[in-house]
Amino acid sequence: MNTIGWPNFRSLNQEGIVFAIAVVLFVAAAIGLPGFIDPNNLVAIVRSVSVLGILALGMAVVVIGRGIDLSAVAIMAMSVAWYLQLLNSGTPDGLAFAYVLAGVLAIGLLNGFLVAYADVPAIFVTLATGSFVFGYVRSQLITQDAVPVPQGHWVELLGGLRFLDVPIEVFVFAGLAFLFFLFLRYTKWGRYIYFAGDNPVAARNIGIPVRPMLVLRYVLSALVALVAGLLTAASLHSINTRVVNSTLLYDIVLVAVIGGIGLSGGRGGVRNVLVGAALIGILLNAMTIIDIPLLYQNLIKAAILLGAIIVDGIINPRDEQTAQQGDI
Amino acid sequence: MKLIRTLMAAATALAVTAFVAPTFAADDPGPAAYAQALKGKRVMLVPLAMGFDLAQGWAHYLKTEVEAWGGVFETRDPNWVVDAGAQAITDAISSDTRPDVLIIHAPDLNSYSKLMKKAQAAGTYVILVDNPANFPADAFIGSDWDRLGQLEAEAAIKGCGPNSSKKIGLVQGDQANSSSLYQYAGIMKVLEKNPDFKVVAKPDSNWDATTSRNVTTTMLQQNPDICSIIDFWDGDATGAAAAIRDAKLDGKVFLVTTGGGEKAADCDKLQDGTYGAVVMTDLARQSGDMNAIIKFLLQSGQPAGTSHTYIYTLEKATTKADLKPDSCWDLKALQAQAAAAK
Repeated sequence: MNTIGWPNFRSLNQEGIVFAIAVVLFVAAAIGLPGFIDPNNLVAIVRSVSVLGILALGMAVVVIGRGIDLSAVAIMAMSVAWYLQLLNSGTPDGLAFAYVLAGVLAIGLLNGFLVAYADVPAIFVTLATGSFVFGYVRSQLITQDAVPVPQGHWVELLGGLRFLDVPIEVFVFAGLAFLFFLFLRYTKWGRYIYFAGDNPVAARNIGIPVRPMLVLRYVLSALVALVAGLLTAASLHSINTRVVNSTLLYDIVLVAVIGGIGLSGGRGGVRNVLVGAALIGILLNAMTIIDIPLLYQNLIKAAILLGAIIVDGIINPRDEQTAQQGDI
Repeated sequence: MKLIRTLMAAATALAVTAFVAPTFAADDPGPAAYAQALKGKRVMLVPLAMGFDLAQGWAHYLKTEVEAWGGVFETRDPNWVVDAGAQAITDAISSDTRPDVLIIHAPDLNSYSKLMKKAQAAGTYVILVDNPANFPADAFIGSDWDRLGQLEAEAAIKGCGPNSSKKIGLVQGDQANSSSLYQYAGIMKVLEKNPDFKVVAKPDSNWDATTSRNVTTTMLQQNPDICSIIDFWDGDATGAAAAIRDAKLDGKVFLVTTGGGEKAADCDKLQDGTYGAVVMTDLARQSGDMNAIIKFLLQSGQPAGTSHTYIYTLEKATTKADLKPDSCWDLKALQAQAAAAK
């Protein structure tokens, strides 16, 4: 293909385009907006997308394996809401945490089992388990949308933790990103995810344990959601289950997809999540500084996403294989 | 003859003294008419969601009273989804057990207008609570959001003081909900009269605490000398509070918000200094207004859609200084009470 004469465009994939947009926005904001380049503001930007980015890491691993996890936000909010409810009603901390951890693992296993062994499409499985988790916890286990963190509890103290004046979420995000990078890049199972995502049948034929790995990915995604939920509660001193109805789930998919992780699976990595999160973070921060109303913020966000997808479609036309198998 | 006449007169006199006097005491026509008009009548509450303090408080007070006069009280939980609320109202109107009074907490100015018209056409009285809508309901009961905004702005100005930066930040809800739009209008009215006070930023939180935290962080970053922030709802003001705490500006930024006067949501946070002032709705009184208007409508005999009454709840900005033991109502206590009654 390189010999045909369009060598440079090929290297400009969606990740490159989005990175370029992010850099342009960053430079423009740094010049045009007073206070944007301030170190504290830069920390605030990273922090504002930390929880989103952590959830997107979990989503990325699932999507690379040609799946999707639409239960992530429900697991994040409801597990922590249940945990806090247990604490507020006097359950010992260790026991409460064990319950919640078991619940989260169970949902992850259920997702994985239904997708891997019952062959139900991931989009339906996780949509259903997400609704189930929300409905069950909201109606049976907690009494209210918002559950406060008990005073002086470690979750509250976690929210106040700072290293070098940088909030803890940023370090957790960075740490998890690094771990996921190591996992995807250097471990055998990490590499297998790409094979399984690119061509599950071929991967199975050469002896890769495709099904157990699928289960692992959904469990991983559920655990990551729990971490994201704990960090949210730590910062706000409460968790509001209303977040399940918000656009957060779409934002997670947005961060993964806009960064260039194809929904057809087998492509992308942690770097794509970071690029996607950076663009969203810079965009939201700049729009807040300019004081653009929320309606227009959503419009601008959507327009940029659409633009990136269209440009990617032109530069990287869909190949025969994806066209035949289709996206999820 | 004379004897018979005398006897009859005596008997009549006896009858009069024996029967009329006691029946006179028992024959206050009020209770019978009241019972006849109300007994078995159905009242349904469709709030934005059943999972938050206002709705749970209303439901508690309404249920107690409606069941006491022999009515049936029901709630529906749309869980913040406008379509689900519309579905609940549609089902209610067309069901065999059509409610006689429908209490609706409208999500915005227009969504439910047609449905409310249908309900009235079917003979159901429609009462709007808390959020006004573009619809002539039989009654509106709730806050005058414009006035509420004015109270918030006055509290913010007082919280800032005359020697402050006089910079105020707003964290609005959204640009669709009437409570957010009117609240903003009210705040601006007061600030027009105090031209030295300025609004330096007015982002939306979309009623979400994380968004409120992020926009407030940016706002404080850009204007570290802000003296007061008005967040449009205590449901997301915890986010603005977190941002203030993170910026180590506790005590320097006077946070004003509004809410249903629930203890854990409002009074506890005034007590610990998280909020500087909260414009609180007197929920028990508001529910009392609802109960009164329900009883009035059901006895009035007038067709649904005849009257258009506005009953605004008295609002007050409360600060730590004027906190009293009964400033707030306690959701936990109500829930414990309800659990004990079962």
